[in-house]
Amino acid sequence: MSSFSGFSRTEKTLVGYLPAGFPTVDGAVRTLTAMAESGCGALEIGLPYTDPVMDGPAIQTAATKALENGTRTEDVLRTVERVAAATGVPIFVMTYWNPIEQYGIDRFAQRLSDAGGAGCVLPDLPVQHSLPWREVADKHDLAGVFVAAPSSTDKRVAEIARASTGFVYAASTMGVTGMRSEVSGQDLVARIRAATELPVFVGLGVSNGRQAAEVASFADGVIVGSAIVRRMLDAPDVDTGIAEIRTLCAELADGTRRLVGSP
Amino acid sequence: MFFHPAVGDGTGAFGRFGGQYVPEALVAAIDELAVAYDKARGDEDFATELNTLLADYAGRPTPLTEVPRFAESVGARVFLKREDLNHTGSHKLNNALGQALLAKRMGKPRVIAETGAGQHGVATATACALLGIDCTVYMGKLDTERQALNVARMRILGAEVVSVPTGSGTLKDAINEAFRDWVANVDSTHYLFGTAAGPHPFPTIVRDLQRVIGVEAREQIQRRTGQLPDAVLACVGGGSNAIGAFHPFLDDDTRLIGCEAAGDGVETGRHAATFAEGRVGVLHGSRSYFLQDDDGQTIETHSISAGLDYAGVGPEHSYLKDIGRAEYVPVTDAEAMDAMRLLARTEGIIPAIESSHALAGAVKLGACLGDVVLINLSGRGDKDMDTAAKYFELVGE
Ligand SMILES: Cc1ncc(COP(=O)(O)O)c(C=O)c1O
Repeated sequence: MSSFSGFSRTEKTLVGYLPAGFPTVDGAVRTLTAMAESGCGALEIGLPYTDPVMDGPAIQTAATKALENGTRTEDVLRTVERVAAATGVPIFVMTYWNPIEQYGIDRFAQRLSDAGGAGCVLPDLPVQHSLPWREVADKHDLAGVFVAAPSSTDKRVAEIARASTGFVYAASTMGVTGMRSEVSGQDLVARIRAATELPVFVGLGVSNGRQAAEVASFADGVIVGSAIVRRMLDAPDVDTGIAEIRTLCAELADGTRRLVGSP
Repeated sequence: MFFHPAVGDGTGAFGRFGGQYVPEALVAAIDELAVAYDKARGDEDFATELNTLLADYAGRPTPLTEVPRFAESVGARVFLKREDLNHTGSHKLNNALGQALLAKRMGKPRVIAETGAGQHGVATATACALLGIDCTVYMGKLDTERQALNVARMRILGAEVVSVPTGSGTLKDAINEAFRDWVANVDSTHYLFGTAAGPHPFPTIVRDLQRVIGVEAREQIQRRTGQLPDAVLACVGGGSNAIGAFHPFLDDDTRLIGCEAAGDGVETGRHAATFAEGRVGVLHGSRSYFLQDDDGQTIETHSISAGLDYAGVGPEHSYLKDIGRAEYVPVTDAEAMDAMRLLARTEGIIPAIESSHALAGAVKLGACLGDVVLINLSGRGDKDMDTAAKYFELVGE
């Protein structure tokens, strides 16, 4: 069972993402553990999928590598278990919907809960189709995080906020995962806040401490994926990759907790 | 009159199939499209504009041709619905013209599309050239190689063709990339989806725009034979030509038979026969049958025909299969290629390899089909001559 009882709205949270099985199953466990040690207050563990329509080149490449390594849904759940035991931070599985459905929604939730996971982030499950997940998530005391986009109407923002537990994911921009030179999302965060008391985390595009600080000035948390994955993709070996990611996470954590505009 | 939208409930649910399994960023766009289409389907101006283009530009109605010499290999009277004679050489233009008009109405200056065989890409590039819309087509890398002629056609029509190297380099990867583009450019861009799959409202829009195939054929064959066909056959990739051919016969006593690509044979694992081996799941925006492994990962498919080389099928076909109204049979590469050559030699018509799967299905099932058989010849084979030349060793001394 997860000990997750919700995020604070007074402290800012850095959330780091990495797909399970990348660069290898063990390499991912070590990397995720290092991420928690260097400032990530929560982790998203990606379930590698063959058709990741919301992901840009970095995460696509990492997911493909993980699948080529033979990573299975079971491996993702074992990764959650090992990282939860090693770090104690809340862990979310970030996954496209079909793998959960094929594994068995209830069975997946049961296993995730047993592994100590806090819940799932579901980027391609729109709220109108989310009832089957929400029913089992309730039963197993798991969070379900849905994504709000800049294009979401206020009515949908309200539905997304109502369906979400744990936090609400605000997509900073219209687009897929990947690093961007400018990160926004302030308007959307304000619209989500009007609909819920839940913490609002912003993802998509953040890659450095400056951007993390900007986002943290209006959001409760900052989600970083592609920039972390890119460090590992570009590294000559896993240890170098982990060292690079430690440095990056420390910078991002520093940015996330620095209050922009405060003296 | 060529635009024959069906009466529907507008929910996009086909029994337990269909839906809108898309990222939140796209929900506003598909909702906007559903509203725009709902308005257009009842609008006389839209119908007039589309009907005029389908008549004067596309060349509708397409003929119905009886093929007695080919029919000797079937054992029934066989009629071909000649979508190969539609402008650009396939049924795909019926859908592309309709959706391009819709894009104009929605004020979208840019259109993107995915393509497998290149026929949908060519049809989209054509409609966009005609209507002055900016066009980008995503195509799997493998498909750009085996359908190189169509890449050149799209480019001369002014479209940008983007080769997609990820995954298996086929249709599903082109669809993924088109979705990624759409998420980022949704304000300015209409995704002109090419088959009767994807999230609602695409399966409904594409079906409605392709119904003209079956509506025309139904009337033509009755006039010619005094009866309805005993069976209608069509090849099934995502399912657009098949649903267009089948739909007007749903209330009739006519067998509806979809022919899916069995590649090297269903037993070899190298195929794209979704109904033969698929399970229900969610891919590309809808709930339907898909070829997937135990973990729900999409399986790489194989077919000699790029247009059928897809792991999924549209949700309405899944529904028709579940309720037993339509049947789906696997046809191998070899059977399709034999049928392609047979039609060429007996009737002087070179069919697309996709359509050859439907021809082969008729040869395979034979006289048990009844007295009068309708086959939808969804496209012509010019684009496939490179593949056929290699397969039959047609070039050289
Ligand atoms: C001639 C032809 N027939 C059939 C298809 C398969 O598509 P659908 O199943 O949507 O008709 C294609 C697709 O490229 C095609 O080019």
